[in-house]
Amino acid sequence: MTILVFLEHHEGELQKDSLSVLGKALQLGGDVDALIAGSGVEGLAVQAGKYGAKKVYVADDPALEKPLPQPRVDVLAKLIPEQGIDTVLFAATVLTADVAAGLAARLDAGLNWDLVDLADQDGKLVGKRPALGDTVYVDVGWTGEPRLALFRTGAFDPVESPAEPEVQKIETQLEDFSTQAKMIEQAHEESEGPSIEDADVIVAGGRGLGGPENFALVEDLAKALGGAVAATRAVVDAGWYPYSTQVGQTGKTVTPRLYIAVGISGAIQHKVGMQGSNVIVAINKDPNAPIFEYADLGVVGDLHEIVPKLTELVRQRAA
Amino acid sequence: MKIAVCAKVVPEQARRIDPETKRLDRSGEQTLNPFDANAVEEALRLKGDGADAEVVLVSLGPERSIDALRKALAMGADRVVLVSDDTASGSDLVASSYALAKALEREQAELVLFGQQANDSDGAVMWAAVADRLRRPLISQVAELTVSDGSVRGKRQTEFGYDVIEAPLPAVVAVSDAINEPRYPSLKGIMGAKKKPQETVSLADLGVEAEHAGEAGSRTEVYAIGEPPPRGETQRIDDDGSAPEKIVDFLLERKAL
Repeated sequence: MTILVFLEHHEGELQKDSLSVLGKALQLGGDVDALIAGSGVEGLAVQAGKYGAKKVYVADDPALEKPLPQPRVDVLAKLIPEQGIDTVLFAATVLTADVAAGLAARLDAGLNWDLVDLADQDGKLVGKRPALGDTVYVDVGWTGEPRLALFRTGAFDPVESPAEPEVQKIETQLEDFSTQAKMIEQAHEESEGPSIEDADVIVAGGRGLGGPENFALVEDLAKALGGAVAATRAVVDAGWYPYSTQVGQTGKTVTPRLYIAVGISGAIQHKVGMQGSNVIVAINKDPNAPIFEYADLGVVGDLHEIVPKLTELVRQRAA
Repeated sequence: MKIAVCAKVVPEQARRIDPETKRLDRSGEQTLNPFDANAVEEALRLKGDGADAEVVLVSLGPERSIDALRKALAMGADRVVLVSDDTASGSDLVASSYALAKALEREQAELVLFGQQANDSDGAVMWAAVADRLRRPLISQVAELTVSDGSVRGKRQTEFGYDVIEAPLPAVVAVSDAINEPRYPSLKGIMGAKKKPQETVSLADLGVEAEHAGEAGSRTEVYAIGEPPPRGETQRIDDDGSAPEKIVDFLLERKAL
């Protein structure tokens, strides 16, 4: 088995979830190689060695400077057959989901996504994928090679396993259509206000609040509890609350002692960012909201009635 | 401008996987994938009052999907092309994207739109496979979309904040559900939907060979369906006015206050 792990990087750092997948690959045995694609990224290969990559392919090209998926599909589509790679693993992100799916089409290769585990069962690779709002776990596999897999955020932790990596630079040959999309502005980490990652108590608001003005309800409750305010992707994208407070797959991963979800339906995108919280309370008017599947206490009711009274009760206790 | 919206019909509720076939049980009520309604809405917004603009829905699924797709026609889409074929069942990403790309090649739309994900499979990757097959530029997760002078520009959210990507048309764009609030079909729209063109085509009509269809064209498989790992008990209360007190009691019991 020859496994290749796609390593994503941002502002000069390899991403933690990518390195976690590298650790998972090492457990499976066989040769584990890594790919770093970007511009001026050769130095990152040493970082990859700290986490066990034996051979690091480096595609270093100005055309790969921006984190766009299609040029990366070209790089992988050339490398995989040349090197006889049979398994390619990705930590799922906005970028890698597009890379993996484009590659699946290009190579006619099977892609399993949202995996939380991968194991060798009698010589056959079997992935574990939660489905139907995580109510069932499905064992999935591939009928041919190469096998492509996207792992869910936070599925594993990185494991330090130092190796002196062999670095192999590879040439980039891009398809004409792959360079047509241009990144005009690139995202940078914003740091406004205190970080929710360190908060002991978090009160989070979702679209069920009805409008940005109702975030005051969430803020008041958070204040009474001495906690921080968080938001879902839907409301951040709608401009109700700043990105720095977003919890979920494309936001922060938080593990507070208490997480109160207000008007949040609890899509997978949100769940992966907060399921490690110690106690989860959900308030939502929709009895079928997925969040009730994994809350410790689910309250079906009108948040506009419940939250102000709850805030008042918490204040009285504190006083 | 011609805009193609790729739409999926999904089970309305009570989702289950058939233990025999290990496929999703699609026997119950069907509905337009809610995330695809955002793509339909965006297409209608871009179309505006343009008399020479057209919004065509392209979908893969069983023949009865047409009923659920009619919702998009009622919202204002102009016509539907449903690729329906018994040999297509069991298609994974590789096979579905192949058939979808063939249907889209026939349409030659300047803009191909997708919704953020399929709410049955939680798949959120189809657009990238289709873009590669069509050899067109791709922008995904778009929360703000503008089209001008033969190019498309999308603002979107990633793990690191917001970025902006621009691409020339023809292009493939996947929109986030934050991009808009899909309209409700009007009564007039619902009445008019039945009269709009609704075409069903087979894989053979599209020139999809048997080796690219269904299980033969797929590269993944499902071995087993199992239980999720056990988690703690979930307590449930329906608010009768006493919920705030009950929440406080619960928090005290869990020493979370």
